[in-house]
Amino acid sequence: MALLEVKDLQVRVDDREILHGLSLTVNKGEVHAIMGPNGSGKSTLSHVIAGKPGYEVTGGEILFNGEDLLEMSPDERSAKGVFLAFQYPVEIPGVATMTFLRTALNAQRKARGESEFSTPDFLKKVRAVAASLNIPQDMLRRGVNVGFSGGEKKRNEILQMALFEPSLCILDEMDSGLDIDALRIAADGVNALRSPDRAMVVITHYQRLLNYIVPDFVHVMSRGRVVKSGDKELALELEASGYTQFEDAA
Amino acid sequence: MAAVQETVDRVRRIDVDQYRYGFETVIESDKAPKGLSEDTVRFISAKKNEPAWMLEWRLEAYRRWLTMAEPKWARVNYPKIDYQDLYYYSAPKRKELASLDEVDPEILKTYEKLGIPLREVEILEGVVRKDGEGAPERRIAVDAVFDSVSVATTFQKELKQAGVIFMPISEAIREHPDLVKKYLGTVVPTSDNFFATLNSAVFSDGSFVYVPPGVRCPMELSTYFRINERNTGQFERTLIIADKGAYVSYLEGCTAPQRDENQLHAAVVELVTLDDAEIKYSTVQNWYPGNSEGKGGIYNFVTKRGDCRGNNSKISWTQVETGSAITWKYPSCILRGDNSRGEFYSIAISNGHQQVDSGTKMIHLGKNTTSRIISKGIAAGVSQNTYRGLVTAHRKATGARNFTACDSLLIGDKCGAHTVPYIEAKNSSALFEHEATTSKISEDVLFYCVQRGLSQEEAVGLVVNGFVKDVLQQLPMEFAVEAQKLISISLEGSVG
Repeated sequence: MALLEVKDLQVRVDDREILHGLSLTVNKGEVHAIMGPNGSGKSTLSHVIAGKPGYEVTGGEILFNGEDLLEMSPDERSAKGVFLAFQYPVEIPGVATMTFLRTALNAQRKARGESEFSTPDFLKKVRAVAASLNIPQDMLRRGVNVGFSGGEKKRNEILQMALFEPSLCILDEMDSGLDIDALRIAADGVNALRSPDRAMVVITHYQRLLNYIVPDFVHVMSRGRVVKSGDKELALELEASGYTQFEDAA
Repeated sequence: MAAVQETVDRVRRIDVDQYRYGFETVIESDKAPKGLSEDTVRFISAKKNEPAWMLEWRLEAYRRWLTMAEPKWARVNYPKIDYQDLYYYSAPKRKELASLDEVDPEILKTYEKLGIPLREVEILEGVVRKDGEGAPERRIAVDAVFDSVSVATTFQKELKQAGVIFMPISEAIREHPDLVKKYLGTVVPTSDNFFATLNSAVFSDGSFVYVPPGVRCPMELSTYFRINERNTGQFERTLIIADKGAYVSYLEGCTAPQRDENQLHAAVVELVTLDDAEIKYSTVQNWYPGNSEGKGGIYNFVTKRGDCRGNNSKISWTQVETGSAITWKYPSCILRGDNSRGEFYSIAISNGHQQVDSGTKMIHLGKNTTSRIISKGIAAGVSQNTYRGLVTAHRKATGARNFTACDSLLIGDKCGAHTVPYIEAKNSSALFEHEATTSKISEDVLFYCVQRGLSQEEAVGLVVNGFVKDVLQQLPMEFAVEAQKLISISLEGSVG
């Protein structure tokens, strides 16, 4: 069984159809890149999989381990193993990052019927993961993303990904706002999490990111559909010739 | 459906009646005849075995009250109160109590349900805290007020050794008349305002605290107020005096049963600090807020004022206001002594049909006086939440300083937050700063939290607790934990 199966998905926002019958199958262990110009529906796809309010699914289905994902609330999806790394992670003033991580992790565990982590066990786990991502302890004491640089925000997303151990990671424009050094650190973090039990969907405009996170499959989106799929060579081809060749195909 | 839309829908459906303290205790009580007259005042005074001067004081207040009109300037709406349709005195039927064992077991049970430790033994025997994260066990002396009378005051002996007087004010009037006479009504005079004057006429009990010079009160003092009887007003009166160089931290909590009719609560609290003294006064107010249609709930019309009478003295108010149908309350500081300091930290949450009009007054009279106001208002449902504050510097209050920050957070689009600051500086050396923000709880923030596994309600609770963190930090540890939980409970049902 596929980990994620998107079948003929049609999505509207305010009476405007954004996705016109999109299909995508992702198996465990695979890394898929989704590329495409602005407005092609890449972020919409990631939001709908995660369950963001404001989108109306008018047709098609999304199965996650064979279960109907669209019937689940966003927090249920999270507990089932769906993780979305945000393009623009939000700031939550007054809530220490450590508190947030612990509350979220325990909420997920509780939803799965697992026991909550004790404070010492949790601290040990967070410290180990943070150290591997070069995240200083004082960042964990600050409010969630408050005053974080672009790179720190993205690292905080990857920290959560490592901590929650999701089976599906969707990375929405992870490269936006990052300089080359910050990008390398973030990509190293992501690569460390590649595993036969986990799939990743990497959404990006640019081929650049895919030099660091090398995908197994590349899909080109245009005007709400996948118009071409291939291996990593497809990304290089796009880099050379641009997206315009696909505009007609859509 | 968008989260905010869900919020709004959910709020329409909510039963604010998740109120956990809404049970009634069945006990026999001793009531004054319904209605208010000189006879009612005499009845209460006689019940308390008060000296003649106290009765005179009450009657004078009553006669003045007859000439006064209810204030109308607050942003609250409620039907006219029929003051003749209320009971002004209700006491659990029982004789003078010699020890806790003589307290009606039903009342003890009530406090047990509320989680208020009245049994000293349990604490003395060192009941271990379960959460393991709190500070080492701290003992708190509790005075419990049930309807109109104080039913139990704990740790009397230990306090006595330190020279601290902590007792029901009715007892203090008999046992320490000189102290009471010297201070009662000197901060909130009997003529102060409609509700304070009413209180002066009919108050039945409350707490009295006197901390002698140079004494740091060895434990937190706490009063727990409970309105139980139907159609009864609760009019408690609290008087706290910190003599020169003394320090005391005082906590107050309040609950009431769920009732369809509105109940009146008109309390007066007076604080006095002499030279170098400090009083820290914390409130967690959780009176019954009424049901989802806005029926029932407590009218909370309270006058709280502190007088920094001595030089270098300090008064700090911290309040977490989550209950009551209507809250009308402005804990204030008169900064009379030179270099004195006033603080006001407030969290006011309104949900359902609640109406809050609350804030503070910082009245700078002495030289180099400073004050700080941090107010966090959170409005959900169809509630209205107003911050109303006055900061004023007298002509002679040179070097006065104030910093005010008022932040409001809106949940949904049917509620309102309002900020009404009054600022007056009568001398050119005063420096007043005022900051205010109003924000809506953002859908992006909520979605981020639920994507990470939190339920909508947990997400709102987390965001709100972050929003009020600066104020929560001002509360004593035990209260902070309780308040944090209370905040989440008060907002239950505010999101979809």
